[in-house]
Amino acid sequence: MQTNLTLPLLCAIPLAPLVGSIITGFFGTALFGNRLGKVGSQSIAIMGVIIAFTLSCQVFFYVQAGDYFNGEIYTWMQLGELNLGIGFLIDSLTATMMVVVTFVSLMVHIYTIGYMHGEPGYNRFFAYISLFTFAMLMLVMSNNLLQLFFGWEAVGVVSYLLIGFYFERQTAVFANMKAFLVNRVGDFGFILGIGLILAYTGSMNYDAIFAQNTAIAAQTLPGTSWNLMTVICICLFIGAMGKSAQFPLHVWLPDSMEGPTPISALIHAATMVTAGIFMVSRMSPLFELSTTALSFILVIGSITALFMGFLGIVQNDIKRVVAYSTLSQLGFMTIALGVSAYPVAIFHLMTHAFFKALLFLAAGSVIMGMHHEQDMRNMGGLWKYMPITCLMMLVGSLSLIGTPFFSGFYSKDSIIEAVAASTIPGSGFAYFAVMVSVFITALYSFRLYFYVFHGKERFHQSRHDGHTDVDAAVDVHHGLAAGEVPHESPWVVTVPLILLAIPSVIIGFYAIEPMLFGDFFGDSMFIDLSQHPVMEELANEFHGPIAMALHALTSSVTILVALGVLTAAIGYLWVPSLPSKIAHTFAPLKKLLDHQYYLDELNQLVFAKGSILLGRSLWHRGDQQLIDGLLVNGSAHLVGRIAGVMRHLQSGYLYHYAFAMILGLAVLLAWVLYAYLSYVR
Amino acid sequence: MTLSFAIWTPIFFGLVLLMFGSDKSTVGLRYLALFGAVISFIATLPLILNFDLANAGMQFVEKVSWIPRYDINYYLGVDGISVWFIVLTAFINIFIVIAAWDVIQVKVSQYLASFMILSGLMIGVFAALDALLFYVFFEATLIPMYVIIGVWGGHNRIYAAFKFFLYTLLGSLLTLVALLYLYNVSNSFDILVWQETRLDIVEQVFLFAAFFMAFAVKVPMWPLHTWLPDVHVEAPTGGSVVLAAIMLKLGAYGFLRFSLPIAPDASQYLGPFIIFLSLVAVIYVGLVALVQQDMKKLVAYSSVAHMGFVTLGFFLFSPLGIEGGIVQMISHGFISGAMFLSIGVLYDRMHTRQIADYGGVAHTMPKFVVFAVFMAMANCGLPATSGFVGEFMVILAAVDYDFLIGVLAATALILGAAYSLWMVKRVFFGPIANPQVAALKDINGREFFMMGTLSICVLWMGVYPKPFTDIIHPAVINLLQHVAISKL
Repeated sequence: MQTNLTLPLLCAIPLAPLVGSIITGFFGTALFGNRLGKVGSQSIAIMGVIIAFTLSCQVFFYVQAGDYFNGEIYTWMQLGELNLGIGFLIDSLTATMMVVVTFVSLMVHIYTIGYMHGEPGYNRFFAYISLFTFAMLMLVMSNNLLQLFFGWEAVGVVSYLLIGFYFERQTAVFANMKAFLVNRVGDFGFILGIGLILAYTGSMNYDAIFAQNTAIAAQTLPGTSWNLMTVICICLFIGAMGKSAQFPLHVWLPDSMEGPTPISALIHAATMVTAGIFMVSRMSPLFELSTTALSFILVIGSITALFMGFLGIVQNDIKRVVAYSTLSQLGFMTIALGVSAYPVAIFHLMTHAFFKALLFLAAGSVIMGMHHEQDMRNMGGLWKYMPITCLMMLVGSLSLIGTPFFSGFYSKDSIIEAVAASTIPGSGFAYFAVMVSVFITALYSFRLYFYVFHGKERFHQSRHDGHTDVDAAVDVHHGLAAGEVPHESPWVVTVPLILLAIPSVIIGFYAIEPMLFGDFFGDSMFIDLSQHPVMEELANEFHGPIAMALHALTSSVTILVALGVLTAAIGYLWVPSLPSKIAHTFAPLKKLLDHQYYLDELNQLVFAKGSILLGRSLWHRGDQQLIDGLLVNGSAHLVGRIAGVMRHLQSGYLYHYAFAMILGLAVLLAWVLYAYLSYVR
Repeated sequence: MTLSFAIWTPIFFGLVLLMFGSDKSTVGLRYLALFGAVISFIATLPLILNFDLANAGMQFVEKVSWIPRYDINYYLGVDGISVWFIVLTAFINIFIVIAAWDVIQVKVSQYLASFMILSGLMIGVFAALDALLFYVFFEATLIPMYVIIGVWGGHNRIYAAFKFFLYTLLGSLLTLVALLYLYNVSNSFDILVWQETRLDIVEQVFLFAAFFMAFAVKVPMWPLHTWLPDVHVEAPTGGSVVLAAIMLKLGAYGFLRFSLPIAPDASQYLGPFIIFLSLVAVIYVGLVALVQQDMKKLVAYSSVAHMGFVTLGFFLFSPLGIEGGIVQMISHGFISGAMFLSIGVLYDRMHTRQIADYGGVAHTMPKFVVFAVFMAMANCGLPATSGFVGEFMVILAAVDYDFLIGVLAATALILGAAYSLWMVKRVFFGPIANPQVAALKDINGREFFMMGTLSICVLWMGVYPKPFTDIIHPAVINLLQHVAISKL
């Protein structure tokens, strides 16, 4: 099919931010001396992303018009029959991701001008986020697993660099190492999945793999009775669990808030963490053939959605509240994957990218207005000082909790209905999880909103002394000087907020029909409707976006949302003494939540301490004592000891030697005689 | 004559350096050595440029009778397996000379000459097709290395030099017996003839064991690896670079040239045992690397773990596995070389290699840290760096061979990241640890050039490994055909 999607056009999209990143990275930092200055760096980096965004939009429209591209750019490696290449696959799924990624990236680039103003490493920051944009684009545009894995790891590295952006802070450099290692645990599974796919299909290209999916599903893993497809899918999904922060590999995401806020919005909310969701959707022709794997996904997603939401309620750091809500929403997306509602997952991914980026950037705006204060206990009543930020935060929160007609409503409600319609094992638990989670989301979102923007102004009172460890870890505590009041952020900050708020409100309304029930996604995702008819049932119940919203107004979901907001209002607006009373009553529970279910402690104890202990004992016992001590130096000593014995023979006394000679001569003679006699005989 | 030039040019320059050597005016010597190293490197380039991809056999063959009585020949030739190592050896040698520039101040000419001669001898190992010639080169490399460690090493250099010498010599003595046995069977020292010689399984197992002793020590494979960390710690920077980048590969190369094709049935039979040892190297040694306090020891253990991947790949008997192993060897040459150079850069300034003495180096040496973190990332197999390519290929081959082996091999992803990044965290990041770190000067142009060039190599090989594998592939297929044909 000859299309408007030409290779140069497609190559330009990832390369533009890459070039921007290389120029700013090389000539804006210490590496070759800072020759660009701030304005030069920011302009070049932003220009790269503008090009990528514009071209992505163009590609999006071409794709909507029916264009499609699948081709190789160059051969990475050729081993006989096996061809590993770098190439692009552009269909509606890819195009959607491209537009979302470049749009959020562009907003974050612009926002960064305001947020990072005056920070050391300003240019370096731009180089990183442009590099990230490149890597993420390579990930979503790939037509094969190899390049997907390239992008997959590359975004991980940039995330590592950005979490540790303030590398003088011990907490930051601990958090980034933790993030990388936890992601590596995911990659461990992912690479095994890729290996199995290569072993059984002989290719890494999506096309070739998908063409053989039924053949794979008919086999078992040699030596076991496990279905091969189930093993492959679970391996791949372990990769997604790392990147998309699913329980129990979610532990890195809250800590990643050590990075500057713009990257929390870009990487740890809108784009990178959704790579796992994207990957599973992309590989849907495989996942569809293993209901067991789907059930596994569903249960993991439900656990994440439910339990991470609870943690959002007890956080005092404004960014951490949003981070836990991200975890919970990622759980929602995973649940959608589990019930085979891939388009719904991508739809929620898209709306979430907008409203979560909005929430993070708004939180960043608050942090700026408060002079790098992140503790909500020291805020309150900010709406007077930061009206635009306040309004944008409200819009984002309304969208997040699923207020009818907002974008978040359409995607979230579709997930809930999809779960309700699903019959695969685990869907009962998933339904319970999403319903509870809806209430919790409303509660913590509006807890944050009321706590920060309404109620008593607490930023002039003396600091809380009772900081927990968690607070100390995030501590930057510049805070407001005495007599100073919070201020609204400059336009480079507020404009991106407004631009993100628009899709947060309206995109769901416009996109739900084509994306979920039209043929927008076409063949880009595969659903086996005979086995998993969820999307069909959703379509049967769908009567247009207005009807859906109106219907929802009386549904139990909306009641739960309203209850959540109401609870937040009671606790943080009308009766501020209530939360501490409740916390006091349920002290053990509060403690459990404060420690994030003790998962960090467990990991630290078992895996970190355990492997160090093991390594140390292998080193001391194995290498030093057994191999070096006993075998190497032991044999040296043995030689020494034998030599010691032998030395006594060399006494230096002539008669000793003469005796030995005579003895030797006698033996020799005896032997010759013996031989001679036997010969004669 | 190309191969002879590649071998004898550096040795010639080494001898010239020795002749004119004095510590009076060292600048001229350094330029002479640099000139010699560059010329030697250029001398190897025709091997790649004129390499015939269609020919899976030996190329650039030279054969001159040496000791006719025993049919011993000066017999050279390369195939896709060996050719990259020759180029790599000459390439790394340039960095040795540059790395020594301001650093080595005593016995300069002898230092530089040792490395030039060593480089020529190692090229000889990769080029020799006559077993006795191979053995002569193989053993001769010990002498300059012994001198390098013993003269320019650290405090405990004598112990280290002896440990290195005896460990490797004892291993290779058995190989000599094996070579003589094979001569008796075949009346030839021609390695290619030996590859066709029929041997029964007992003979093969014994030969395999004899070769194993030499090569496994050199690689080094667990549990014969304990000499490496000790030697690295005492060796001067250049010594560590050559050791890690090239010398370890002599052993792995030996497996491909001798063990696999000469004793194919024994290799298949003992393959699971080697795979087991390799996996132990990957996991056990990875864990040991995690707890090292000395940066050089850490990288040394990491080398053992990476070489475990190489031998693992070899004994999976698939093109992907063997080529992955070879790619890993080349890549490890760049990366370990760069990592030891990095440690050298720090050691020259701080005179300590203890991780605990560092912290927050990124504040004072931002340029250096860019490269060092990049190399650490490459060391833990980051895609788009060379470190990824070989590791990835071997893991894929392992999964294909047996899922459980794949699972165990893939743990390297986690362990490698753990020890590399934990070191990065403690050395480069965090607040400035002490006044010495605060006073550090960033890398100069010389060091920048070294790190930059190696980074480009690492990146190039990661982004576009095709030129490497195109050359390697036919030779590996050829090798696998030999392995597949039973000699029984």
